[in-house]
Amino acid sequence: MLDATPRQDRLPDAPGIGYKPQHFSEILEDSGAVRWLEIHAENYMGDGGRPLTQLRALSERFAISVHGVGLSIGGEGRLDPDHLGRLKRLVGWLNPVSFSEHLAWSTHGAEFLNDLLPLPYTDATLARVADHIDEVQEALGRRMLLENPSSYLAFTESTWSETDFLAELTRRTGCGLLLDVNNVFVSATNLGYSPQGYIEAYPLGAVGEIHLGGHDADTDDHGAPLLIDSHGREVADPVWALLDHALARSGPKPILIEWDNDVPDWPVLRAEAARARDALARIAA
Amino acid sequence: MSVTQDDFRAALLDAAAPVPAGLTDGAGAPAGRRYNVYRNNVAVSLREALHEGFPTIAKLLGAQNMDGLAGIFLRRHPPSSPLMMLYGEAFPDFLAGMPQLAHLGYLADVARLDLAMRQSYHAADADPIDPADLAALPPERLVETRLTLAPALRLIRSAWPIHAIWRFNTEEGAPRPEPGAQDVVILRPGFDPEPHLLPPGGADVIAALHQGHSLGAALDAATGRVPDFDLTPTLALLLQGGAIIALT
Repeated sequence: MLDATPRQDRLPDAPGIGYKPQHFSEILEDSGAVRWLEIHAENYMGDGGRPLTQLRALSERFAISVHGVGLSIGGEGRLDPDHLGRLKRLVGWLNPVSFSEHLAWSTHGAEFLNDLLPLPYTDATLARVADHIDEVQEALGRRMLLENPSSYLAFTESTWSETDFLAELTRRTGCGLLLDVNNVFVSATNLGYSPQGYIEAYPLGAVGEIHLGGHDADTDDHGAPLLIDSHGREVADPVWALLDHALARSGPKPILIEWDNDVPDWPVLRAEAARARDALARIAA
Repeated sequence: MSVTQDDFRAALLDAAAPVPAGLTDGAGAPAGRRYNVYRNNVAVSLREALHEGFPTIAKLLGAQNMDGLAGIFLRRHPPSSPLMMLYGEAFPDFLAGMPQLAHLGYLADVARLDLAMRQSYHAADADPIDPADLAALPPERLVETRLTLAPALRLIRSAWPIHAIWRFNTEEGAPRPEPGAQDVVILRPGFDPEPHLLPPGGADVIAALHQGHSLGAALDAATGRVPDFDLTPTLALLLQGGAIIALT
């Protein structure tokens, strides 16, 4: 290897994997097509032990993306200063290539609800989310990426489309976006719009990373399909097709495979990463 | 119709509460069971965190009882921080306060052991002293010496045989627990916390050292309760477990 410790300022336009500790040795031995790793910020906010030691070792070999799941950027209340402080410490010592969070809320008063809860898209929520993104980018001293959610329902009070809402956030705050293609497919199916149309309306120029994950299928009260963003299986074929649709318009991007529940053996994840590499190769051809 | 986060939260952990008006499907019909996806995500993720965080309790109670208790606990004590690795600090006291568990008096202390194992796993790293440094001290200096203990060390004193219960539910072929009080020290020589059974008086020594007392004072604390207390095994345990990180 020519450069043993590359320090890029962006993730490579190549496959990455949501890191799980049980794969530590295998990733170091045979990473396959995987060029970078993503971690959930909150799992590395302990004081020490194996998690931080493994992360330090991995960061010497791979570009790292820190993905927060607990900042509650869409919350009505102010951002938790303690949590923002912990995030600043982590980003400070790790110096990851990328930091991303969700267009969602999870903290309510003193409670943390451990799910990505939805918000209406109004002028008021836009202003609040923009303020929170400004505060995060200020605290971390870097640009962050914001991820589009999986939606199971809509708010009658919404006056913005999700894509316009995200585009306006990038304009106001300078943040980038994380395009979760599985979330697009899940939301479009659940709310009855065209996933391709959503991609075409998405501000693809701001996209710094793409997510892919598996979903489960259920039905609503009327028997209509209700897809659940479960991250517990392979990426579905129509989502791979939607990725091709996105890549054809966006050009090459870093693509992450997320698999958080019923985590499979490493070769299964490696095969998913190889499929993402093939999708990138198709647009390069 | 505006749905505040207070409104959204109010029905989230209460299956009997109506789904907030103003939430719909894609065609404008009431959201109905679509809202249950969030109810389910919150309850299931917190329940799983409790199962994973208290593996010995889950084993002792069985999956179904554990689910039921976790369901009550998570509604009374939702997490207060996004650090799920620390969730469940109130679980031992919650178990102790459940009338239907009163006949299982040991549960709360076993839950404290599970919680302490998890805290130890995430505790700060610290380099242990060279045992030769301690051995090199002349006896009169030794009694005055203060031992700084590793951040990953945890001490649990119990009127129940918690070490034996833990082993019986963790190790294949471990003997059945016999009645009796057991004190446990959790040490983390590398990355994996290990619970060790302490001899009578051993917990007095460790507690005194942890409070900053000298080795002599810690020994007095033990012999006050256990007149023929022998310090050697406890000290050897701490040294082998990498639990002494400074001498002052």
